Amino acid sequence: MKELLKEKLEKQFTTVQFEFIEQFDELTLKFDKSAIVNVCAFLKDEDGLKFNFCEDVTAIDWATRKNRFTVVYHIFSMENKFRLCLKVDVDETECSVESVSSIWKAANWAEREAYDMYGITFLNHPDLRRMYMPEEFEYHPLRKEYPLMGIPGAIPLPKK
Amino acid sequence: MQKLTKDDVHPKIVQALLGADSHITIDDALENEMILNMGPQHPATHGVLRLLLRLDGETVIACVPELGYLHRGYEKMAENMSYLEFIPHTDRLDYIAPPANNVAYALAVEKLAGITAPPRAQYIRMLLAELARMCSHLVAIGALAMDVGALTVFLWGLREREKILDFFDVICGARFTTSYTRIGGVASDVSSDTLKNIIVFIDQFEEKLDEMERLLNGNRIFVERLEGVGVISKEDAIDIGFTGPNLRASGVEFDLRRATPYLFYNEMDFKIPTYTEGDCLARYFVRADELRESAKIVRQVIDKIPNGEVMLNSPKKVLPRKTEIYTKMEELIHDFMIVNFGINPPVGDVYHAVENPKGELGFYIVSKGEGQPWRMKIRSPSFANLQAIPHLVKGQMISDVVAIVGSIDPIMGEADK
Repeated sequence: MKELLKEKLEKQFTTVQFEFIEQFDELTLKFDKSAIVNVCAFLKDEDGLKFNFCEDVTAIDWATRKNRFTVVYHIFSMENKFRLCLKVDVDETECSVESVSSIWKAANWAEREAYDMYGITFLNHPDLRRMYMPEEFEYHPLRKEYPLMGIPGAIPLPKK
Repeated sequence: MQKLTKDDVHPKIVQALLGADSHITIDDALENEMILNMGPQHPATHGVLRLLLRLDGETVIACVPELGYLHRGYEKMAENMSYLEFIPHTDRLDYIAPPANNVAYALAVEKLAGITAPPRAQYIRMLLAELARMCSHLVAIGALAMDVGALTVFLWGLREREKILDFFDVICGARFTTSYTRIGGVASDVSSDTLKNIIVFIDQFEEKLDEMERLLNGNRIFVERLEGVGVISKEDAIDIGFTGPNLRASGVEFDLRRATPYLFYNEMDFKIPTYTEGDCLARYFVRADELRESAKIVRQVIDKIPNGEVMLNSPKKVLPRKTEIYTKMEELIHDFMIVNFGINPPVGDVYHAVENPKGELGFYIVSKGEGQPWRMKIRSPSFANLQAIPHLVKGQMISDVVAIVGSIDPIMGEADK
């Protein structure tokens, strides 16, 4: 599967650098965030690949690295019974990445959750609201600088 | 349920309710049509799900689910505790089937640490995961029937579930919050008497299930309230992220126990019940059939279970036995190191998903080689399944919303994490 992916992707996207990582029997594909929508659409529709099921979209906060966040996509091909992990790095100053919810509807809420927890903006998302926290909440709780015990007074009491 | 005015609803939610294609302004919508608040304390929302429904008469035009009323920040907590300490927290995800979550989490950490539990422990895990699936489906069917007005099945289902919980009590030491698995095995062995009792239970369970099914399948009100309600097509179901019984009710024969076999499921003989209708009734049928298949797996597990250890012998990763800690120096040191500093798996990230009663439960763990995970993401099935509610309820009557939510079987403990 790795060879097939490599061949097809390098044929289709000549300008994008793909990095293949194999660890714990899992295949991870790392590339630049500008290509995310095109690559995802290709992976979903191409014959022989058909990654039709988006399991999860999430993010990692590396705190001290140059590119602070990594957005992680887990996609599954029901035809080939194969799971693929996609990773794109996101910088803190330009904290945004194109949304893939137009390709898989399942990414809609997962991206909202990543936005809520990390403050990463998903461009062209149909309904980018906070998933869990109230809309008035100013912080992004899963960022590493947010304290475990929370910030006193961060969540206002409900009005009577 | 209460009628809302404009001030009660956050403007962004109002916008989501009205949608981009709407030609009505906000003031009009709230005066002529109605925006109805359902939950978070509504009994039919199975916990603390809040639905905002935009109604035209009795027909639902749009729906916005609001989550987060049970958000406890487990992902943040996981980053601040060792791998072992997080096991009790997995009980509180899908709280109807705690052992299944324990198993899923232990498997993910073991994959990261590069260890495998001994065969007997894996069989015991399978046994508990299937009993948990039966527990969960009994509650799901009972609650769905109760939502549409058939109370008896709920009581009959809970009576059977109570017997399974008694087995959990014997095996794990707790009926509900089992915390039974350990990294590298399970907490304690199962006695042969317990296994015999489980067989006795399974023998009478199939009869009881027949009775329950006769009660429901012959109930015209039950069937008519569910048939053709909340239909979702095969393509939409995959696209929207449905997993588990909900996906199989739409005609997709997809089960992670078969697609990516874990434990010893590839040695088990069981069918994957699949229905093509994709409506609420099909989702009920899938669960009822899965109860039988789970009972079949439990029989086979007890038939095939090997003898041997239930904990792996790997001192750097697996907790030693309590009796040895008190008598041997080496074990005492390892116990101290594991409890205080954690198991330090290698640097890397791993995603492991299992077929939970509600669907695909996945743990994504990022390790920096420390005792605590750097990041832990829980891919919970209920979260993804709930995403389909706006799609399913559109154009249905308000009374069908209750049936649709019941048939999806969300557990807010894992949807909100």
